[in-house]
Amino acid sequence: MSLLIGAWTLGLILSMLALGVFISFRVFHFPDITADGSLTLGAAVSATLIVQGLSPALATAAGFAAGMAAGAVAATLHTRFQINGLLAGILVMTALFSINLFIMGRSNVPLISQATLVTSAEQFGRRLVGARPSLRVLGWELTIRDVSLLLVSLAGALVTGCLLYVFLRTNLGTAMRATGDNNQMIRALGVNDGNMLVLGLALSNGLVALSGALLAQYQGFADVQMGIGMVVWGLASVIIGEALVGGQQLGLIIAGAVMGSVLFRLLVAVALRWGLDPNYLKLITAAFVFAALVLPGGLRKWNERKARLAHAPDR
Amino acid sequence: MLQIADIYKVFHRGTPNEVRALEGVSLDLEEGSFVVVVGSNGSGKSTLLNAIAGACTVDRGSLRLDGQDVTRWSEHRRASLIGRVFQNPFSGTAPNLSIGENLALASRRGLSRRLGWALGGRLHAQMRETVARLNMGLEDRLANPIATLSGGQRQALTLLMATWLKPKLLLLDEHTAALDPKSADQVIRLSEQLITSEKLTALMVTHSMHQAASLGDRLIMMHRGRVIHDFRGAEKGRLRSDDLLARFEQVRRADRLDESAAELLRRYYV
Repeated sequence: MSLLIGAWTLGLILSMLALGVFISFRVFHFPDITADGSLTLGAAVSATLIVQGLSPALATAAGFAAGMAAGAVAATLHTRFQINGLLAGILVMTALFSINLFIMGRSNVPLISQATLVTSAEQFGRRLVGARPSLRVLGWELTIRDVSLLLVSLAGALVTGCLLYVFLRTNLGTAMRATGDNNQMIRALGVNDGNMLVLGLALSNGLVALSGALLAQYQGFADVQMGIGMVVWGLASVIIGEALVGGQQLGLIIAGAVMGSVLFRLLVAVALRWGLDPNYLKLITAAFVFAALVLPGGLRKWNERKARLAHAPDR
Repeated sequence: MLQIADIYKVFHRGTPNEVRALEGVSLDLEEGSFVVVVGSNGSGKSTLLNAIAGACTVDRGSLRLDGQDVTRWSEHRRASLIGRVFQNPFSGTAPNLSIGENLALASRRGLSRRLGWALGGRLHAQMRETVARLNMGLEDRLANPIATLSGGQRQALTLLMATWLKPKLLLLDEHTAALDPKSADQVIRLSEQLITSEKLTALMVTHSMHQAASLGDRLIMMHRGRVIHDFRGAEKGRLRSDDLLARFEQVRRADRLDESAAELLRRYYV
């Protein structure tokens, strides 16, 4: 049970990654690989600041801000210098690898025995239930730590999702969505589409870095390798989410991305429990995303061909 | 309202594909005039519209709009003065956003966009009322995405969007060319109605000789990047589509003559 709760919590923390990837890939149709680097950047900045004694909340906010800066740089490379979007992301991601090492001073910063948002959440939970070491819910024995982390991350994911929804329905957010949809139209309506992309990718990478900052505090360390493959994980969550909600409305898609992230982590947890070698995880995720991208089109063609054959005159 | 002074535009300069799209176009549009632009393919009429809108910058010459020199203004900055409808019905609207959201975007053309709610209650009521005038039943479908609309409906909506805030200049770039005859007729009538009732200054490019003859108070014929005819007032009023076709035929014949003359010269001297 602890395993499943852990997967839920991890899924909710990584839902912010999924929301970030949703902005770049779905709102802007921009294949932003920067996220691999900015996730680690968020973790590195917040972990280093926490070790230096800054309050965990401020350190996490600093991680978010650092991610925004990284996203803004990637977008500027694309808009000001006309560098291909994919390449702009790769450049920033590669540069971030060195920057992250520089920030942390080494490849790994442990956070065990530090006061973090995770320990705050745990204390908050203990204050609520008193001195009991564990809770019984539906016959399961759950530790206070697990339950309070789950609830706090659930609240965090809900608040983030709602804020993003509200933002995307404002004048600014609507212009942002229109930029991704049809930039010729939005320019004709007086919006600087380059600036919109900078702002959008800043927001996207800010969310990804926030996810990284929380992930580092949850797992108890920041590591320079922790971001590798994260874009694909986020994309997998968004795709699962779209399949789950099956609608095109903004609120549904955002809720779907959060749910998709949780379901994805649950699937991973179950697969690992059944003895899947963790080394294969990224290969399987990549194969899954490939299938999710190709299958709908392939199925449609297959159906069309079947329909054509069915209507073909007898020879 | 609009003063174009001797503008030039060359694409792919210095390559075998060099195109001299505009070769010294000058044009002066009075406030409230409705000017129709005709010309054969490659005559530079679309480039002229793009140069005015800022989608391409001119190599030489200047553009003044509403008393301001806009020659160096970016496309999105000029949008505060200009409303546009494109040839492609897919170009003027954001397909995955709802009808209401598209109109809301247009209601802030050229204004700042901050964290105010995009679809306020008052704006929504105003939208229902305005869209109802199209008689397309769209007022009950404001929450539907644009992708569910036909080309004609999109162009009608784009027209409403371009004129939601009264533009100093309305640019229509063959905006009915991609529509079926019935929708084209509907959209052209809506355009005329909006231009007349709002007293808009408009510049319309068209391929249809019928539209060119029946609409507007001034007609400009372009050829090879130049304005070759400029009919106004009573002269424009007398023009029929047959007259226009005759003029085109004249131009074509003159062109052929030029070519054969060039061929002759080449044979003798090269």
